[in-house]
Amino acid sequence: MTRLRAMNGQTVSRHFRADRRDVGSHFFTVLTGLATLFILCILGVILINITWNGWRGLSWRFITTIPTKDFFDISTTGVLPMIVGTTIRVFVMTFFVLPVGVITAIYLTEYAPVRSPLTRIIRGAVNNLAGVPSIVFGLFGLGFFINFIGHHMDTILRSAEPTWSHPSILWASLTLAVMTLPVVIVATEESLRTIPPGLREASLALGATKLETIIKVVLPQALPGIMTGGILAVSRAAGEVAPILFTGVAYYMADLPKNLTDQFMDLGYHVFVLSTQSPNIEQTRPILYATVIVLLALTFALNVTAVLIRARIRKRLRALS
Amino acid sequence: MGVHRGHRARPLEWLAEKLIFLVSLSAIVVTMLIFLFVAREAMPVFLGQMNSALVLPTIPVEEIDKVNPEELRRYLGLTKKQFAEMDRDTLKTLMEVRIEAQAEIPTQFREDKDARINTTEWRYLLKPHQWTGYDRPVYIWQPIGWIKKYNIVPLIIGSLKPTIVGLLFATPLAIGAAIYVSQLAGDRTRELVKPAIELLSGIPSVVIGFFALLVMASVLQALFRYEVRLNAFVAGIALGIAVIPIVFSISEDALTSVPRSYTQAALALGASRWQTAYQIVLPAALPGVFAAVVLGFGRAIGETMIVLMICSASVMSWNIFESARGITTTIAAEMAEAVTGGHHYRILFMLGALLFAVTFLSNLTGDIIIHRLKTKLEGKK
Repeated sequence: MTRLRAMNGQTVSRHFRADRRDVGSHFFTVLTGLATLFILCILGVILINITWNGWRGLSWRFITTIPTKDFFDISTTGVLPMIVGTTIRVFVMTFFVLPVGVITAIYLTEYAPVRSPLTRIIRGAVNNLAGVPSIVFGLFGLGFFINFIGHHMDTILRSAEPTWSHPSILWASLTLAVMTLPVVIVATEESLRTIPPGLREASLALGATKLETIIKVVLPQALPGIMTGGILAVSRAAGEVAPILFTGVAYYMADLPKNLTDQFMDLGYHVFVLSTQSPNIEQTRPILYATVIVLLALTFALNVTAVLIRARIRKRLRALS
Repeated sequence: MGVHRGHRARPLEWLAEKLIFLVSLSAIVVTMLIFLFVAREAMPVFLGQMNSALVLPTIPVEEIDKVNPEELRRYLGLTKKQFAEMDRDTLKTLMEVRIEAQAEIPTQFREDKDARINTTEWRYLLKPHQWTGYDRPVYIWQPIGWIKKYNIVPLIIGSLKPTIVGLLFATPLAIGAAIYVSQLAGDRTRELVKPAIELLSGIPSVVIGFFALLVMASVLQALFRYEVRLNAFVAGIALGIAVIPIVFSISEDALTSVPRSYTQAALALGASRWQTAYQIVLPAALPGVFAAVVLGFGRAIGETMIVLMICSASVMSWNIFESARGITTTIAAEMAEAVTGGHHYRILFMLGALLFAVTFLSNLTGDIIIHRLKTKLEGKK
């Protein structure tokens, strides 16, 4: 901790204690502090409101029931197909995004020349990708995966009826994989950078090749970071609705999906449907809150884990530099 | 025996390195694919190749041999490949279908002065037009009905209204909090606030939309006493909540990257913590804070679910207490009904391309500003 020695020899704490006469400083410190508090309050109010109202509608039956077409009735409805749908699409996505993201991060930290224009362009593309609106990913999924790849697959495989060129779990997952690519890359890179260069040098000095060093020394050390990247990607994707609107989600399905080419029901989309299509919002309210709490529990459990692992990695990073 | 070097010594390793390099290009490839395929579907709009006029000239079936093939192909709206695959009878049937379809148009609309207008031309997309039944030129987005009106100006305004409200709400709060957390507060506050804001950014936008719809809309209406319960103002505040984390973390990052020596020098000269933060650190990090707002803008204008849930009526007005239908909302709500390859479908993709271009520019600007700032601050260290 930095301590400054003032003129009269007393140590001045790093923490700010405004001079009582310096009204301006005091005022603005309080003002910015209030802004911080206000943001925390928003978070608090959202969470408390949802938890408070959500508990009542939540039950074991609610989580394990496949609803009928009329899912606005509290006594018979359930969210099992939505939980299943969201889980499957997120896992299929992880399967695609994790290898690509991790390998890109390995290239960026271990191989890429620091000041080359190509490295800069790759980084720029990653940053840009993180900022592309989710609805544009949805359009991309429709235009590229369904209308281009799916269409050509149907032609080549001579499918009797369109199996690939329509919305499905596979296309929705791939669209989400494209969207969460930067999340995985950034998190993995962050954790790769925390590994002391000495470790790599030691391995190389013992005669291991660069690739062997990466696989046997660097990657095991970076595992927590890679996991964080995966978890963050999953939690981001679990709540996203816009990219799957045209690429796979279904308003209602009587059965659980059986194939990767089937459509699916989804928790986030169900929240949207319940809040905008309900014939009577007052009656739907308990179902809506219960569904939201399931969605939040899913994304938050993941998020909290990721935040905790991340905090640890950052501490290590700070200790290194 | 000579010593092998490079890829001849370890061909597998060489191969693996090349593969790693190829995979690392994924982000670039994906960005290009997104641009390519969104623009590809929208291409006919940009090239002006579509004709959405209701009443079209018809050619009697008997005259099939009198018109030249190229003209016939264009008349039937077929691609070259489709045209080549069709035999004479199919073409005749298509011509009959065309004549029948034209005959089905109700007389009232057939005689409408707007029935012969190609509404997908740029002047109808951007400029006001006096449609039948209106007493002055108006901007209208109305993709259903006999005569389809695709003016995109109301949608652009509909996107800007909540975005501006959201930024006005989020920016002061987020920057204030960033100054407090990075410059004025102690370590313990920082350890509490930063994870909390990460949690806030983890709330799915559909949940923020739901919360705004059920809770905030009523509270805000009671506070400000406006007439329409669900309007651009509510959507804007909800957008603001979604934008706070991004503006906060980027400006906090920029403020923290100002070298300690700056702060210490100011404090040693007798400045208070606030004076140091406001007069030394903030000016040094200002480009970064600006970049945070630019990136926040990109995030807000591209947000779909929040605005879709709260307001969806297309109104041409700058009044924030009225509804608004933005670009993202329109794409999300109408894509399901649009016929693949039709005018409506292509114009929705054109809107997507527009959105992509806007966010691409704002991301690029933000990125460049931050990069420059970091090099500058690190260079001076």
